[in-house]
Amino acid sequence: MTALLIIIVAALLGITIWQISKIFKLSQPIESDDSQIATNKDNENQGKLFLVFIVFFYGLMLYSFWSLSKFYAPAASDHAEDYDQLFFISVALIMFVQVITQFMLHWFAFKYRGQKGRKAIFYADNDKLEFIWTIIPVITLSALIIYGLFSWSEIMNVEETDETLVVEIYAYQFAWRARYSGEDRTLGEANVRFIEGINQLGVSETDPYAKDDIITTVLHLPVDRPVLFKFRSQDVLHSAYFPFFRSQMNVVPGMTTQFGFTPTTTSKEIRNSDYMVDKVRNINEIRENNDNLGPDEKSYEFEYYLLCNKICGVSHYNMQMKIVVETEEEYQKWISEQQTFGELTAQN
Amino acid sequence: MSVAAQPLANDHAHEEGHHEPTFIEKYIFSTDHKMIAKQYLISGLIMGFIGIAMSMLMRLQLAWPNETFWIYEVLLGRFGEDGVMDPSIYLALSTIHGTIMIFYVLTAGLSGTFSNLLIPLQIGARDMASGFMNMLSFWLFFISCVVIVSSFFVEAGPASAGWTVYPPLSALPQAIGGSGLGMTLWLVAITIFVASSLLGSLNYIVTVLNLRTQGMTMTRLPLTIWAFFVTAIIGVVSFPVLLAAGLLLLMDRSFGTSFFLSDIYIQGEVLSYQGGSPVLYEHLFWFLGHPEVYIVLLPALGITSEIIATNSRKPIFGYRAMIASILAIAFLSTVVWGHHMFVSGMNPFLGSVFTFTTLLIAIPSAVKAFNYITTLWKGNLQLNPGMLFSIGLVSTFITGGLTGIILGDSTLDINVHDTYFVIAHFHLVMGISALYGLFAGIYHWFPKMFGRMMNKNLGYVHFWITAVGAYGIFFPMHFIGMAGLPRRYYKFTEFPYFDDLANTNILISVFAFITAGAQLFFVYNFISSIFYGKRAEQNPWKSNTLEWTTPVKHIHGNWPGEIPQVHRWSYDYSKLNKEETDYVIAGQDFVPQNVPLQEHEEEMDD
Ligand code: HEM
Ligand SMILES: [Cu+2]
Ligand SMILES: [Cu+2]
Repeated sequence: MTALLIIIVAALLGITIWQISKIFKLSQPIESDDSQIATNKDNENQGKLFLVFIVFFYGLMLYSFWSLSKFYAPAASDHAEDYDQLFFISVALIMFVQVITQFMLHWFAFKYRGQKGRKAIFYADNDKLEFIWTIIPVITLSALIIYGLFSWSEIMNVEETDETLVVEIYAYQFAWRARYSGEDRTLGEANVRFIEGINQLGVSETDPYAKDDIITTVLHLPVDRPVLFKFRSQDVLHSAYFPFFRSQMNVVPGMTTQFGFTPTTTSKEIRNSDYMVDKVRNINEIRENNDNLGPDEKSYEFEYYLLCNKICGVSHYNMQMKIVVETEEEYQKWISEQQTFGELTAQN
Repeated sequence: MSVAAQPLANDHAHEEGHHEPTFIEKYIFSTDHKMIAKQYLISGLIMGFIGIAMSMLMRLQLAWPNETFWIYEVLLGRFGEDGVMDPSIYLALSTIHGTIMIFYVLTAGLSGTFSNLLIPLQIGARDMASGFMNMLSFWLFFISCVVIVSSFFVEAGPASAGWTVYPPLSALPQAIGGSGLGMTLWLVAITIFVASSLLGSLNYIVTVLNLRTQGMTMTRLPLTIWAFFVTAIIGVVSFPVLLAAGLLLLMDRSFGTSFFLSDIYIQGEVLSYQGGSPVLYEHLFWFLGHPEVYIVLLPALGITSEIIATNSRKPIFGYRAMIASILAIAFLSTVVWGHHMFVSGMNPFLGSVFTFTTLLIAIPSAVKAFNYITTLWKGNLQLNPGMLFSIGLVSTFITGGLTGIILGDSTLDINVHDTYFVIAHFHLVMGISALYGLFAGIYHWFPKMFGRMMNKNLGYVHFWITAVGAYGIFFPMHFIGMAGLPRRYYKFTEFPYFDDLANTNILISVFAFITAGAQLFFVYNFISSIFYGKRAEQNPWKSNTLEWTTPVKHIHGNWPGEIPQVHRWSYDYSKLNKEETDYVIAGQDFVPQNVPLQEHEEEMDD
């Protein structure tokens, strides 16, 4: 595949150079004009090259949509559907404008290429036209803005109900921790000044609410239950990016930020979806042929993940946490097996 | 200032009473705006060479992350031992690449060169309002260049917190090596840079306001001048805020204040900072950062307006609408900074406000794009290299601008923020577009700067390979961004999920190498044309603006005799006489600004 891509690029380059050498030949000896100002011949050739170029450009756009848009991550949260719809509408709109305006631009560059004797028209202004292309963007953009703002306020204003699971996501160079609030459904107080020994998250040992908090390295979420994340950082800015859930929030030292979503697809379900089965098969083929990988690294199974998306230091590129979305029963079983903060500190 | 300079403006024998300038006065500490423009250009190009070279190293690393390349060891020394790039130097490369390209190449290199060259020449002035301040501005810029480049030789490496240098990462040497001396040098360099930029901008503003020749009303100014003028105003408004942010950061770093820092535990100890907020820094930074995009872009748009009109042999379509758009963009650009902060943790309501203002700014931008396209319509396009780059700019400006609609929408930004989608967007709309503007300007005004022509065929080769390459790099890049690929990652192989993107990354890198290679055509053309290019005629592009009424050989004071007076706007291309039998001046499809109105001719007044 790589080889193929390189060959295509090399071929394109070859064509370009060949075309160019033709221009060299065509433009130089015949007119032996060395004014270095575009001649009739130059205008002719360059105008045509604009046509060639627009073909290349449309080809590149087609190729990209055809074979790269499959990388768009599948959606697995309640608001992801809404997000994707807005995204596709916007993409369709901008590609519509893109295709038309690029065509006009390049077509005009070709069509009106300079020719001896051609007279340009003196056309300086037209209020009606100006009005039209002011008002059309105004209307379409207003529609997009309004649509966007509805989604935005829906996504950002999470209400906490009885059902909501509150989880703290704690970031530090270069890993994540999750803290669940436990039976009392209230997160105990925490501050970096309480960090000591195994109390790595700086949870207050005197706050009674903290006793039943549960700290884990993998994030487990029950499906279809709203989660409200509270983000806290111990050192620098990080960003908690959950691509499959169309969610992201910066993690800021000195303050708590929040974001909420409801996962709608369990890890098992997504792993068995056609899309993911294909994708993982393909990835495993690639890994099979990758000589840099040890034998135990060859096989990959899909898991949701959370990654850091704000530059945070040398290992920024490897700051991730596994996410498991599972049924309510599985989740309850898992959480009941975890050690509480009280138990953790009591060990010492 | 104007009082002092005006009499001089009408002074015939001005250049006589001077002594011969020495080499140092002429080439080094020159106060002549034309020489200062060349100094800016050449420093800017050298910085550009460095910046692009850095991006090549990054692309090499991203395409083949787990392979070794001796070039790393050669160029990066300790940070490339045994041909393995150190993760910290990747971040440093990206930081310094961004800083150099934005500030040094496209702010100073582009607007420094062309504002200096064109403002006096196109408005009909003997020089800038203050030649001395102008010289000072260049030398501060030069010192700043030296400081930022020298930061690469610091033990712990140069600044590595991204070009936005967000604290706490940029404030704490414990968090990343580059935040030690490297970051201090970065702050020093940028402080000097801001001083340089302010001196330059104030000079441009005063010059445009006070030194226009007789008849040169604001509504007869070429759009280049409007663009430089408004750019200078935006610079004066927003750069001081960056300076403030930088100074506060410096104080947090050096004097233990807590403007941006709070509750930090790092390397086993709690730091004493309390009560500051990194979000405050983000606000301050982007209050400059967003206008900066337009500081970079507007001069490029001004340059292309002029070049497209001249080479289309047509007036620019909608001159007044173009001015109105420039003003609207300038105003709106100061109220959209929050679109960089939708997920920063600021109040979501603010997000709504910034979405609104951001999509508003799309409107004047759209008007400009449509006006360019209409200017081409029914023209007689002279496809000189400068014109090709100008058309290229319109193309990349549209492509990059459209994806801005996605990023400016707070909802959609959630999932593409800080991914390669953003990298693709801003490289096209700002990086490549402004770079095209820079090239267009160089090809077009090279005869004015150096008295010689650049080779057009090399120019064509340069343009077409660059045009193919730039889209080849940045169009597919949107898609790996939509896949959720984060920016500022040293490699992606820690996530097996991204394995199937590797081929696309290789494709992008191959295009990047080709594009960078094509710049060598330009370098060769530029250097050889300075010495051996064909000698230029006075007005090679048959243009209307005043700079082409000056002699090819540079003289101090620009015009040997009196300064020409202006009688019309600069866009009377292909204008017909009253009977519509021929052009206004028979047989000549352009009417320079200094030509009085002909009998029965009406001035184009919108
Ligand atoms: C051939 C042309 C160019 C290539 C191949 C290129 C490549 C890159 C790469 C690989 C990155 C790092 C991405 C990451 O890891 O996050 C980057 C970042 C960046 N580039 Fe370029 N670039 C080019 C031209 C430009 C130009 C003309 C500008 C001018 C505006 C520019 C401005 C930036 C900025 C501001 C960043 C962000 C740095 C940061 O994340 O702190 N680049 N570029
Ligand atoms: Cu991080
Ligand atoms: Cu912005």
